[in-house]
Amino acid sequence: MKKIITLTLVLLFGVSLLNAGGNITIKGSDTLVRLGQRWAEEYMKLNPGVVVQVSGGGTGTGIAALINGSTDICQASRDMKEKEYKQAEVRGIKPYRVAVSLDGISIFLNEKNPVKELTFAQLKGIYTGAITNWKEVGGNDARIIVYGRENNSGTYAFFKEHVLDEEDYSDYTQTLPGTAAVVNAVAKDVNGIGYGGIAWATGVRYAAIKKTDQDQAVLPSMETVSNGTYPISRELFWFFSGQPQGELKKLVNWALSEEGQKVAESVDYIPLPRELAEKNKIK
Amino acid sequence: MNKVKLQFKPKSRWREFLGEKFIALNALVALAAIFLIFAFIFKESLPVFTDPEVKEEASVDKMVFKQVYYEGREPKYSWQPNSIVPKYSLMPLFIGTVKAAIIAMLFAIPLGVGAAIYSAEFASHCLREIIKPVIELLAGIPSVVLGFFALIVLATFLQKTFGFVFRLNAVNAGMALGVAVIPIIFTVAEDAMTSVPNSLRDAALALGANPWQVSLTVVLPAALPGIAAGVILGFGRAIGETMIVLMASGNAAIISASFADSIRTISATIAAELAEVVFGGAHYSVLFFLGTLLFVFTFLINMGGDYILTRIKVKFQGRLK
Repeated sequence: MKKIITLTLVLLFGVSLLNAGGNITIKGSDTLVRLGQRWAEEYMKLNPGVVVQVSGGGTGTGIAALINGSTDICQASRDMKEKEYKQAEVRGIKPYRVAVSLDGISIFLNEKNPVKELTFAQLKGIYTGAITNWKEVGGNDARIIVYGRENNSGTYAFFKEHVLDEEDYSDYTQTLPGTAAVVNAVAKDVNGIGYGGIAWATGVRYAAIKKTDQDQAVLPSMETVSNGTYPISRELFWFFSGQPQGELKKLVNWALSEEGQKVAESVDYIPLPRELAEKNKIK
Repeated sequence: MNKVKLQFKPKSRWREFLGEKFIALNALVALAAIFLIFAFIFKESLPVFTDPEVKEEASVDKMVFKQVYYEGREPKYSWQPNSIVPKYSLMPLFIGTVKAAIIAMLFAIPLGVGAAIYSAEFASHCLREIIKPVIELLAGIPSVVLGFFALIVLATFLQKTFGFVFRLNAVNAGMALGVAVIPIIFTVAEDAMTSVPNSLRDAALALGANPWQVSLTVVLPAALPGIAAGVILGFGRAIGETMIVLMASGNAAIISASFADSIRTISATIAAELAEVVFGGAHYSVLFFLGTLLFVFTFLINMGGDYILTRIKVKFQGRLK
C-alpha cells in the first residue's frame, strides 16, 4: 500500500514537472472568459507546444484559485479586495495586476420598455428597492422586475460599489447564474431590468446612462467606454502571483500588443487605448 | 464420478472467503463514505457554534431571529452575505425551500399517484409496459435540462396564463421540481399497488364490487403506506434538488406567503455561493451549516420513507425483504 502511494506521488510530481514547461492555466471572471479563450487559441496557434487552459467560475473563484496556487493567471472584472490582498499575503503571494481590456457595464431593458435613459440615482433606487414602479422613472405603470448576478460575480461587486455606493441590493433582486441568463430573462420580461458586460447583449436594448440630471445621457459602445464618457466602465484585469516571468510574461505582452488587442475587439471587448496598453506591458 | 465433479473442491473455500470479505468491504466503504461526508460537513459548520469571530457575524440566534442591522431601521430577516454588514438570516431560505417543495408536491402527487393507479389497476398489460418505463425515464432527465426548460419556456407560459408579476417564481420552480419528483412517487406507489395480493381483489370482485370499487376502496387503502412512502421520498428529492431551483426560481431571498414571488432555496444558495467564499470564514461556515441541515432533513425524510416501505412489505408478505 505504502509503495502504491509513493509511486502515485512520484508520478504526480513527475507529471507536474513535465507540464511546468508550457502549460498555463487561466481562471476567473465569467465576463472575461470568452476573451481569455480567444487569446489562448490565437496564442497557441502562434506558439505550438504551449498549452493554455481557460476556465470561468467568477472573479471570486479565480482569486481564490490564485491564492491557493491552483491557477497561473486569474482573470478579474474588479480589483482585489483588501481582505483578499491580506489572504494572499498570508500565503506568501504577491498579486501582480495588469489591466488587459476595458468593459462597460451596460443596463439592459426589454425592447418594449419606453424608458430610454436612467441616472445613477435612479439606478441606485431601482436596485436598492427604493424605486419599484417604472412610472417613477418615466415609464409604464408597472412593477420593476430587477435582475442581477450571483454574489460571486465581479460584475455584482463592481455594480454594488460604483452604482449602489455599497448599499445592499433589494431583497427582490433576482439573481441569475451568468450574464447570458440575465440578458435572456430581460429579453423575455417586458418590465425587467438587468446589468452585464457590453459584449454579452443580444435581444435586449441598452439604457443610456447619465451620472447626474445635468449630464448628457450616454449609450454604452466601444467609443464611449474607450474614451471614458460612458459612466459605468471598468478595467478588466489579469492577476499573477508575483511579476510574471518567461512564458507568462510573453503571453501577457502579446495580449497587450496591437495584435492581441485586435483579437479582443473582434469578440466585442473594448481594447485599451494604445499608449495605455504599451505602458502596461511588462519590461 | 459425475457427483464428485459437481462438488466444490475444498481448495476454492478460501476464494469464497476472500470474495465475501471483498464485497463486505465494498458495502462498508459506501457506509463509511456517507458517514465521513456528514462528519466533514458538520465539522466545517462547527465555527458557527464555537468560533467567536464567526459567531459575531452569524450565531444561531442571528440566523433564526429578526435582526436590527442599521440603527433606526425596522428589524428584519435578510440574507445578504456580501454586504458591508453581512446578514445571514436563514428564514427566507427556509421559506423558499418549503414553498418550492409544497408546489412540487401539489403538482406531483395527483399526477404520480393517478398514473400509478391507472398503470397498476386499469391499463392493459401492453399499455402498462409502455407507461411504466416512459414515466421512469423522466427520472433520467438531467435536472439542468429541466431547469433550463423552466427558465425559458415554462416561466413564459405560466406568466401569460396566470399573469404573475415575477416571471421566475415559486410556482415555476415548484412545477419543474414536480416533474423530477413524479417518477419517484409513481414508481414506489405503483410497486405498492401491484404488491397488494390478488386474493384481496378476488374477494372484493366475488362480493360484487366493480373494478372502480375494487381499486378505490380495496387496493388504494391497502397500498396507502406505500404511496405515503413514495410521497415522502419525493419530498426529500424536492428539498434537496439544486439545479432546477437555481435556474427557475429567481433566487431572491424574500419572506412572503405568496407563491407568485421569487424564492431562494437552501440548496441553490449553497450551489451559487460556495465556490467563492473564504475558507473558514463566517460565510463558509454558514453555508456548511446549511448543508448540515439539508443533509439531516433529507436523511430523516428518506429514513422515514424507507421505514414505511419496509413495514408495508412485512404487512403484505409477512417477511422482511
